[in-house]
Amino acid sequence: MWGVACVAASNLVALAQPQVLRMAVDDLYRGVTAEKLGRYALILFGIAVVAGIFRYAMRQTLIAISRHLEYDLRNELFAHLQRLPLPWFQRRRTGEMMSIATNDMSAVRMMLGPGVMYTVNTLTVGVVSIAFMFAISPRLTFWSLLPLPLVSISVWFFGDRIHRRFEQVQARFAMLSALVQENLAGLRVVRAFAHERRERERFQELNEEYRDRNLELIRTSGLFQPALALFAGIGALIVLWVGGREVMLGRITLGQFVAFTVYLAMLNWPMVALGWVINLFQRGSASYRRITEILDTPPSIASPETPTAPGEGACEIEFRGLTFTYPGAAAPSLRDIRFSVPPGGTVALVGRTGSGKSTVLALLPRLFDPPPGTVFLDGVDVRDLELSALRARMAIVPQDPFLFSATVQENIAYGVPEESADEVSRVAGIAHLDADIRAFPDGYTTRVGERGITLSGGQRQRTAIARALLRAAPVLLLDDCLSSVDTATEESILRGLAGEMRRRTTLIVAHRVSTVRDADEILVLEEGSIIERGSHDELLVRGGAYAALARAQQLEEEIEAT
Amino acid sequence: MNGPELDEDQSRPYDHQLMRRLARYLRPYRGEVVLAGVVTLAEAAIQLCFPFLVMQAIDLGIRHRDIQMLDRIAVTYLAALVAAFGLGYLQSQIMQRVGQGLMRDLRADLFTHLQRLPVAYFDKNPIGRVMTRVTHDVDQLNEMFTAGIDALFGDLFMLIGIVFAMSQLDVELLAVTFSVLPLIFIVTMMFRSRVRSAFRDIRARLARLNVFLNENLMGMSTVQVLGREPRNFAQFAALNGDHRDSHLRVNHYHAIFFPLLEWVSAIALSLIVWYGGRQVMWQGITLGILVAFIQYTQRFFRPISDLSEKYGILQQAMAAAERLFALLDTPVDQASPNFREPAPERGARGNGMRIEFDGVWFAYHEQHWVLEDVSFSVEPGEKVALVGATGSGKTTLTSLLMRFYEPQRGVIRVDGRPLAEWDIEALRRRMGLVLQDVFLFSGTVASNVGLEDPSLSRAQLESATREVHADSFVAKLAGGLEAPVLEGGATFSAGEKQLLSFARALVRDPDLLILDEATSSVDTHTERLIQDALRRLMAGRTSLVIAHRLSTIQDVDRILVMHRGRLRESGPHAELIAQQGLYWRLHQLQVLGGQVSRAAHPAPPADPATA
Repeated sequence: MWGVACVAASNLVALAQPQVLRMAVDDLYRGVTAEKLGRYALILFGIAVVAGIFRYAMRQTLIAISRHLEYDLRNELFAHLQRLPLPWFQRRRTGEMMSIATNDMSAVRMMLGPGVMYTVNTLTVGVVSIAFMFAISPRLTFWSLLPLPLVSISVWFFGDRIHRRFEQVQARFAMLSALVQENLAGLRVVRAFAHERRERERFQELNEEYRDRNLELIRTSGLFQPALALFAGIGALIVLWVGGREVMLGRITLGQFVAFTVYLAMLNWPMVALGWVINLFQRGSASYRRITEILDTPPSIASPETPTAPGEGACEIEFRGLTFTYPGAAAPSLRDIRFSVPPGGTVALVGRTGSGKSTVLALLPRLFDPPPGTVFLDGVDVRDLELSALRARMAIVPQDPFLFSATVQENIAYGVPEESADEVSRVAGIAHLDADIRAFPDGYTTRVGERGITLSGGQRQRTAIARALLRAAPVLLLDDCLSSVDTATEESILRGLAGEMRRRTTLIVAHRVSTVRDADEILVLEEGSIIERGSHDELLVRGGAYAALARAQQLEEEIEAT
Repeated sequence: MNGPELDEDQSRPYDHQLMRRLARYLRPYRGEVVLAGVVTLAEAAIQLCFPFLVMQAIDLGIRHRDIQMLDRIAVTYLAALVAAFGLGYLQSQIMQRVGQGLMRDLRADLFTHLQRLPVAYFDKNPIGRVMTRVTHDVDQLNEMFTAGIDALFGDLFMLIGIVFAMSQLDVELLAVTFSVLPLIFIVTMMFRSRVRSAFRDIRARLARLNVFLNENLMGMSTVQVLGREPRNFAQFAALNGDHRDSHLRVNHYHAIFFPLLEWVSAIALSLIVWYGGRQVMWQGITLGILVAFIQYTQRFFRPISDLSEKYGILQQAMAAAERLFALLDTPVDQASPNFREPAPERGARGNGMRIEFDGVWFAYHEQHWVLEDVSFSVEPGEKVALVGATGSGKTTLTSLLMRFYEPQRGVIRVDGRPLAEWDIEALRRRMGLVLQDVFLFSGTVASNVGLEDPSLSRAQLESATREVHADSFVAKLAGGLEAPVLEGGATFSAGEKQLLSFARALVRDPDLLILDEATSSVDTHTERLIQDALRRLMAGRTSLVIAHRLSTIQDVDRILVMHRGRLRESGPHAELIAQQGLYWRLHQLQVLGGQVSRAAHPAPPADPATA
């Protein structure tokens, strides 16, 4: 508000300038003293000084506000992204979201800052100078403002077109970003398969299209500003022509005529700025819509309105007749899953690739949402628990862990508020990572690349294990977390983990019989259903799928042993 | 949060070399640029006419009460307006066209360059930052074209034209008016030096913000399950705040600079009224000249404040250009395809390749050797397994063979020729790689298996998918081979992704097969099926298989045992077992792990990683 007042004030003062000029010119026409001229000169300068001070305040308020708004909006976007669930991210490309958070964000800021500032400026200059002009000659004012309807027509005509074309440009830009992002993320595959040429062609196609869309936008938006300048110019022409006659007819003085042309000249710039501002608003609102599209997406997985607080101490896990279908999928991925894990117990899930093992694990921390009344923690539906409290009760080791570009130490301690170096090296020891880390150039303070590129797959998995152990949560979820670790290391890790698992309720997904044989209960999944369950020994006796699996693995070992 | 190199730069806005390089990009658009220049000059000349016409109207028309003269002047004025409109539109269209074309060329060059940079470059530079180059920085340059350079050109000409026009009217009044020029100069200089450092801050902070954001987007589910949201939000807000503050600083300078410039402009105006007015009184000049002077002065200061606004854009564009060229100057992998020549023919498949490592040393970081003096050879058609503990250097060996990295010492030879002498593209087309981390592109299952290679037929894709037993789950997807794959293959399980990557390697029928821990996260059932396919796949091919499961290497001819970057043992399975060395111990562990360990918990087996 303050800023708007400053804009108005600076313009009010500045618009007094032509009045002074008018008096000076009229006096000159009639004859004047040198002192009087000096006085006019001083007044002109004085006006500029005062207007300048207001303009300083205007920028310091209006533009600064837009930076603060941008800051708030960006924070809001980030906070909201943090609340959106995994399925949402799976449907979107990182590059596109980056372009929304950067490009669209800056388009919105341009709208809120310079956009608002110049709008207010145009309005006040317009109103005030028209008022002054009216005071000089209502007739001439009427004539000179004749082109004004043309302005509103062109605003209406161009605004919508620019808006639509700009949206297309932004969409192409997002696609282009996404392509580059993916190309870089999949760099090794691109190189190994000599895929560069095809990638380059795809990029060229999009690149070409992006340019064409831009040119399309420019064809329209480029016409807008010259058109506005033309309309303003026609106004000036009318003043020259009609006003000149008025002076000759003695209806107005030469000074008034000069003041009139100066006022029109002052209107000229805001008119051109208007075109620019409308551009800004069109772009800004298109971008704002893209941002609000994200902000308006309700987090489909969130805490209930009246959450139940989870209990303390060891946890019991229970699945009651769970049937789960991925959003958008035709067939359920899990069918009638029921089992429970007592506090401190261990249940293992085995089965073929795609049999649904990882899905079971993903439902507990609500990475995907199970149907109500199917998944329970300590007898409470996980959907009734406060989401962050629910997740705080669990430590998860995913199949493909994500490492942040930070030190190894920070990565291990990523899930805890503060770490002690001793604790970190203790869990790294259990995860069999300690020796590796000590061999790194900077030990625990060695940085890992953006996606932990310089660490091997096994080292990444072990980092994730250490990260989970440090959380000291009562539920431990291990999702095939030793797949990239060699047998010898797996043995040692499992030995170390055994102690940790006894203190926690554990769900473990694995392929190897050796990994799961110690579990209290083993569930064999096939196509989303539990086809066998029991302890290792029971299942062997039963002679079903698990026994076949165990026999197959044993056989391989025996073949090797010979 | 920021990587090894911050986006610091010490750019000057009118860097000569930088300009020359940019000019090189303008070369294809010479004709357009010249045309735009002519149009700009013409338009500026017309703009200069307007105050002159007003002067004429006052002095010749109004004061002489000559209505016909006034009409004539008005018609000329109208013609000038229309001409200015047409030329203005023409000029902006031409320049925008040039700008957009140039951006396209630059983006294409950048992307091409990225395809040729060594893999090691991307280990050091996070994707987020590289992305910023290709997208944001190029757009920054584009800003210069849409709002900067052409207007700048016109503005400069306008300034000269105004001075010229005023000098024609009255030299003395011109001198008085422009006595304020030193003031303009001082104000602009002060502004420029401050703004430059502020812009440098903005860029560094924006890059930091983007790197953080990109990483959080990619690892969001990790952030969520670890409950890191509040802390990461605080970090983000801090980076965001830093970014805002640097902008506020620039805004502060702008807020001071523009009013100051207006003051100087007011001084000039006051001088015209005071000095020029006295001249009018003494009949030294006409009233029309005085009015024209006032109008010219107003037109004179607009380009100057414009120039300063443009200066910021130019500054940012130059900095962006500097970073772009720095990226383009990063030496490429000379062996990578240069795209000028057509793709080499894949050629008929031979009987495999001969591979030779000769005293190879390699380190990712200086002196931290990952491979030490590794020498071995693999004969055409031979199947070799690499075994060893995690971190023993197996994956690095294959990366060197793919020429992702260059060894510091030693030579790798393929078919007797050093790797460096091969056309790497042709060579890679003869290799099939299955990586540890399967990467799927967004597209379809077919586009991921075939990688859009036009020489691969639909039938080939189908049979490869069938051969690795991926057909059963692919058939269940809506659309089958044409089923959509989202970024990163998010909807596929690790096992399914792996099967697809097998198909990807298999469909190319390579001479050399490199498998990196490929069978690790597939269940036993699937693994058996795959091994069945692999057996056929390896026939008549040189194969290098990294296996953590000893069971997967039953079929190989020879086993290389890596330990802490050194090749420790080499030979057929039976021979190595008989040696009772490292391999024997690894093998024992596997057997114990499978059969005895849970039953009796024997004494901890010796761990090769710590032995």
